[in-house]
Amino acid sequence: MQSLGDALGLALSLVLSGDADLLEIVALSLQVSLTATFIACLIGLPIGALVAIGRFRGRGAVLIVMNALMGLPPVVVGLLVYLHLSRSGPLGFLGLLYTPTAMIIAQTILIAPIVAALSRQVLEDLHGEYAEQFRSLCLTRLQTVQALLWDARYSLLTVGLAGFGRAVAEVGAVIIVGGNIDHLTRVMTTAIALETSKGDLALALALGIVLLVIALGVNAAVQSVRMTATRQAYV
Amino acid sequence: MFEAPVIPEAQALPGNKPMPLTVRGLMLELGGARVLHDLNLDLGPAGCTMIMGANGAGKSLLLKLLHGLMAPTAGTIEWAGTPAAQATKQQALVFQKPVLLRRSVAANVDFVLKARGKNRSKRDALLDHVGLAHKAKQPARLLSGGEAQRLALARALATDPDVLFLDEPTASLDPASVLAIEGIVSEAKARGTRVIFVTHDMGQAQRMADDVVFLHGGHVIEHSPADTFFPKPQTQAARDYLQGRIIV
Repeated sequence: MQSLGDALGLALSLVLSGDADLLEIVALSLQVSLTATFIACLIGLPIGALVAIGRFRGRGAVLIVMNALMGLPPVVVGLLVYLHLSRSGPLGFLGLLYTPTAMIIAQTILIAPIVAALSRQVLEDLHGEYAEQFRSLCLTRLQTVQALLWDARYSLLTVGLAGFGRAVAEVGAVIIVGGNIDHLTRVMTTAIALETSKGDLALALALGIVLLVIALGVNAAVQSVRMTATRQAYV
Repeated sequence: MFEAPVIPEAQALPGNKPMPLTVRGLMLELGGARVLHDLNLDLGPAGCTMIMGANGAGKSLLLKLLHGLMAPTAGTIEWAGTPAAQATKQQALVFQKPVLLRRSVAANVDFVLKARGKNRSKRDALLDHVGLAHKAKQPARLLSGGEAQRLALARALATDPDVLFLDEPTASLDPASVLAIEGIVSEAKARGTRVIFVTHDMGQAQRMADDVVFLHGGHVIEHSPADTFFPKPQTQAARDYLQGRIIV
C-alpha cells in the first residue's frame, strides 16, 4: 500500500509525462461523455422547450416526472441498458454491449432528463418575458422554440455543462454496460475504481487529478463565455 | 349602465387600408371579477384614437382584446368584419416596456422580418427611419429607454401593420425621445396605418389624437373627437381626469 504522498508524486509524474495509458483513458472518457452530452442536448433541449411553452392536460405530472428523472440511479440505468443490449435482450442483435456506444447510450439516458428539466425552467422564465410579444407577432410553435433556444443559448450552456459533469463523473452505468475493458471501454471513473481496488493509487490519483482539472476547465470556459455574454448584454 | 357614444367614421386617407372597428357587448372577467363591462365602440377606418383613463380603468386590457391577444368573456370585436383573433397578423403592438430579444439591434428587426416572411433588405431602411442605423450591430439590451422603444417601433413597423397599437410607449421617456416616437407614429399614420394609442400624457394626447375613448371603471364613458373631448369633456370623470383630480 502506497502512502498518499508517494501516490500523489507518482500521479503527478504520470500526468506530466503524458503516460500513454492515461491519455487513452482520458480521451475515451471525453469522447463518451461529450458525445452523450451532445445527444442528450439534441433530445433534452427541444423537450424542455416544448414543455416550457406548452399548456396541456397533465403538464403538472410531466413536470414531476421530468424532475424525478434527474435523479435516475446510474446503476439502474446501466442495468436497464444492459438488459436491452445483452444477447438475449431486444437490441442484442446490434452487438453493442461492452462497447463505447453502449456507454454513450447509458450516459445519454442519464443526462437527457437533466438537460430537459433544467432547460425547461430556463426557457419557461424567458418565455414568460417574451410570450405576449411572440403572440402579437403570431409566431408558430416552431418559431417560438427556435427563438427561445437561441436567446437562452448562454444559459443553456450551463445546462449542458451540468449534464457533462454528471456524465463524466458517472461510474455505475458505464461499468455495467462497458465492462471496464482495458484499451476498449476503460474510462476515468471505472479505471479509478479498478486501480483503487488493486491498490494502484498512483494511476487512480492521476486520473482523479485529470478528472478534477477537466471539471474545473470546462466550468471556467463556460463561466468565461457567460461573463462575456453578460458584459455584452446577451444574457 | 353607461352608453358609449358613437362618433361618425373618420375619413380614410387615399390609399389607406380601411380598418373600421366594431365592438359589441364586450365584457371581460378576470379571476371572477368583471374588469370590462358591456363595451360598445365604433372606430373609424383611419386616424389615431387615444384610449385614456385612470390607472386600472382597463385601457391596456382593452388594447390586448382589440389586438386579439386576449379572448373576451362575452361580446364581439371585429376589424372590418374580421374577428380580432384573426386580425392579429395584420396588426402590431408596442408595449410600454419594450421586449427586446437578446440579440443585436439589427437581429431584432431581422427576426420579425423573417417571422413574417418579409424581405430582410427592409431592415436598414427601418433602422434608418427610427434613427438607429448607427447602432445596428450593438446588443439591443444596451440601448437607452428611448432607443429601445424606437427599436420596438421599428420592429412593429417591419410587419407593415394595418393597425398599430401603442401601450404607453413614451412613459418614463425624456421629451426628446417622446417627440421622436410621436414623429415616427405620425408618419406611420400619414402612410395609412390605423393607430390606437394608450397614454396618460395630456400634451401627447392633444398632439396626436383624432378621437378619444375615455374609460372609467371598465366602462367606455366617453368617445368623442379630440377637438371636442379636450375643451368640453361630457362626463364628470373625464373633466376630473383632465384637470388632474383624483377619480374614484
